[in-house]
Amino acid sequence: MNTFWIILTGSLVAASCGFLGCFLILRRMAMLGDAISHAILPGIVLAFLFSGSRDILPMLVGAAVLGLVTVFIVQMLQQSGVKSDAAIGVTFTALFSVGVVLVSLYTQQVDLDLDCVLYGEIAYVPWDTWQLDGVDMGPRAMWGVGGVFLLSLLIIGLFFKQFKLCSFDPALAAAIGIPVVLFHYLLMTLVSLTTVAAFESVGAILVVAMLVVPSATAYLLTDRLHAMLFISMGVGVLSAVCGYFLASWLDSSIAGAMTTVAGLLFFLALLFSPRHGLVGKLIARRKVRLWEA
Amino acid sequence: MNMWQALQDPNTQWVLMGCVLLGISSGILGCFAFLRGRSLMGDALAHAALPGVCLVYLLTGSKSIGLFLIGAGVAGLLATYCITAISRHTRIKEDTSLALTLSVFFGIGIVLLTHIQHSASGNQSGLDKFLFGQAASLVFADVVTIMVVAAVLIVVVALLFKEFTLLSFDPGFGRGLGFPMGFLDAVLMLMLLMAVVIGLQAVGVVLVAAMLITPAVTARYWTDELSKMVVLSGFFGAVSGVLGTLISTQQENLPTGPTIVLSATAFFLFSLLFSPRRGVLARMVRFLRMRRKILREDVMQALYEQLEEQLKSRPTSVYRGFGAAMLARKCGKRTAAVRHALRDLQKRGYVAERTRTDDETLWTFTSEGLPVAHRLVLNQRLWDLYHMNQNQFHHLEIDVNQEELAPQLSDEALSLMLAQLRAYDLTPQLADYQGFSHLLQQSNQGGLSL
Repeated sequence: MNTFWIILTGSLVAASCGFLGCFLILRRMAMLGDAISHAILPGIVLAFLFSGSRDILPMLVGAAVLGLVTVFIVQMLQQSGVKSDAAIGVTFTALFSVGVVLVSLYTQQVDLDLDCVLYGEIAYVPWDTWQLDGVDMGPRAMWGVGGVFLLSLLIIGLFFKQFKLCSFDPALAAAIGIPVVLFHYLLMTLVSLTTVAAFESVGAILVVAMLVVPSATAYLLTDRLHAMLFISMGVGVLSAVCGYFLASWLDSSIAGAMTTVAGLLFFLALLFSPRHGLVGKLIARRKVRLWEA
Repeated sequence: MNMWQALQDPNTQWVLMGCVLLGISSGILGCFAFLRGRSLMGDALAHAALPGVCLVYLLTGSKSIGLFLIGAGVAGLLATYCITAISRHTRIKEDTSLALTLSVFFGIGIVLLTHIQHSASGNQSGLDKFLFGQAASLVFADVVTIMVVAAVLIVVVALLFKEFTLLSFDPGFGRGLGFPMGFLDAVLMLMLLMAVVIGLQAVGVVLVAAMLITPAVTARYWTDELSKMVVLSGFFGAVSGVLGTLISTQQENLPTGPTIVLSATAFFLFSLLFSPRRGVLARMVRFLRMRRKILREDVMQALYEQLEEQLKSRPTSVYRGFGAAMLARKCGKRTAAVRHALRDLQKRGYVAERTRTDDETLWTFTSEGLPVAHRLVLNQRLWDLYHMNQNQFHHLEIDVNQEELAPQLSDEALSLMLAQLRAYDLTPQLADYQGFSHLLQQSNQGGLSL
């Protein structure tokens, strides 16, 4: 049963990250996702300290606020003339440091250790269950991730056209009256929420892997946004499942193994994708050469 | 342990020495990375170093920094290759390939690290210090390695300073001059990698990128010259290294990485706010000053045009001056702001009170103010004319960002434009203020006169 809960939670994390990741990489904001996932750490710690519990709601609020603050600071620095990559680098390292210092200072009150900040502890997820009227409803982390996943499905489903247009042609979107900035911040809020919900399971850095790697894989395999979303979620779930077994075989971190499998799947797609793969391109080039000769 | 005692300890002195060198070398290299737009590359290199370090440990079982350097270096090179190859050969953009490589390498590193920890060979305890850094765990041999590497880095930068400058600002021009830009770029990359690797043990995998980015960005606020920027950046790096290490000794269980990064960030925030030219405060002051100046000019222009209108339409009526409310309507500003600007202008001796009614003061120009206003209005109308008939004047080389138009024109063009103004009946009429002296206030006299 524990195996089932771990795999289910991992799959939900991977699916929700893969879903949002598509929009991130289409808008060329992969590193901003990275920055957010690091920068929400102080939000989580502060929520811990204020609420004194591991409840998911204060943590979601704290993280969403910090996520938006990060995006805002990065934008402000860019406007005051700092290059965008440097702005991202300065912001997230500073906020992440604040988080690590807070964890170290309040190590008694905060039931978080630094390793789990980085690579999560999905193996312990089944033991932290949610009791509703004395009925065991399954792991709390799973409900958190599932809830956030549903929320992002709902919001993106409702405004799918707008998100699509903003990802491919923000100038046109602005011209026909779509509030591009609002959708930008909405997407960033969803990314922060997903990151914090996934944080407990896979940690700060591997969230980025789940955001970027499956969607990049999907990006190589298709030219349609719909298909890309589904492939990305599929790749995410597949890496979660395989990652679990790899981790139990190697006796290592499950989240790390999930990332490794996702990387492997990306590598396969890189080589063998029918339209964008390296092997396919090589064969096509050879054909052209033969035809010319 | 208080800070002074900590400084007395020879062991701490060695560690501090290491941190200073670390800060200097990563600060210096960070400048070039920053100017090349490669700031986040350091982040990727650092994350990629983790699997290298773990593999070296798995293979050799030793924890010497020299061996780790090799492992991290190889992994970093592989990561660099992956990043460039993925973004070059597929349609994936550079930022995605950066995030992708970074996180996958780090994931592999975590798998190896946890594998080592779980297999518990006993001697693994130092390895997880690589995540957040623990400068105190540096031993003498490590410091020597750091010193050698840092010295090499600094010497190479000093020798190749000209070439790296060229690489940072205009690689195309450099290639044209015959410098091997690709090779230099690779050298710079390799040096970045070395700076990252020696920083790992003190600052940690996750945050070592900040040592490359933050001091360089901070230095950029204070200078426009690369040589000064490099020196400043090295200085900021060194000071934050020392401060961070000292702060982290004050608190048990506080890793050095975050404290070093936070000290560097403190310098950054200070510069962001208070830098004399680019700082937020300096900009704000400049902005407000500019806004006040423009308001003053608008008010003078409005007053001038009202006066002009009055002389044109009712030349014989009694001139009583104009109130702030009327001028505000004329130039589209708030009355309170206009009133404030009028007081300001009065202090400068450009306008004076003419009459005072119960509810407001009516203003007119002083004899000093009128020529100034005339110049402003003439300039404004010339600009209007220029923009209106731009296709006539497009052969003139005009910098539209300059404030004044007339000095940019040849005599010929100026007289053409003045003739056009006359044709539109837009020539400012009040140039020769001698004729209107009865409408003006002598500024030294100040009081009411009729």
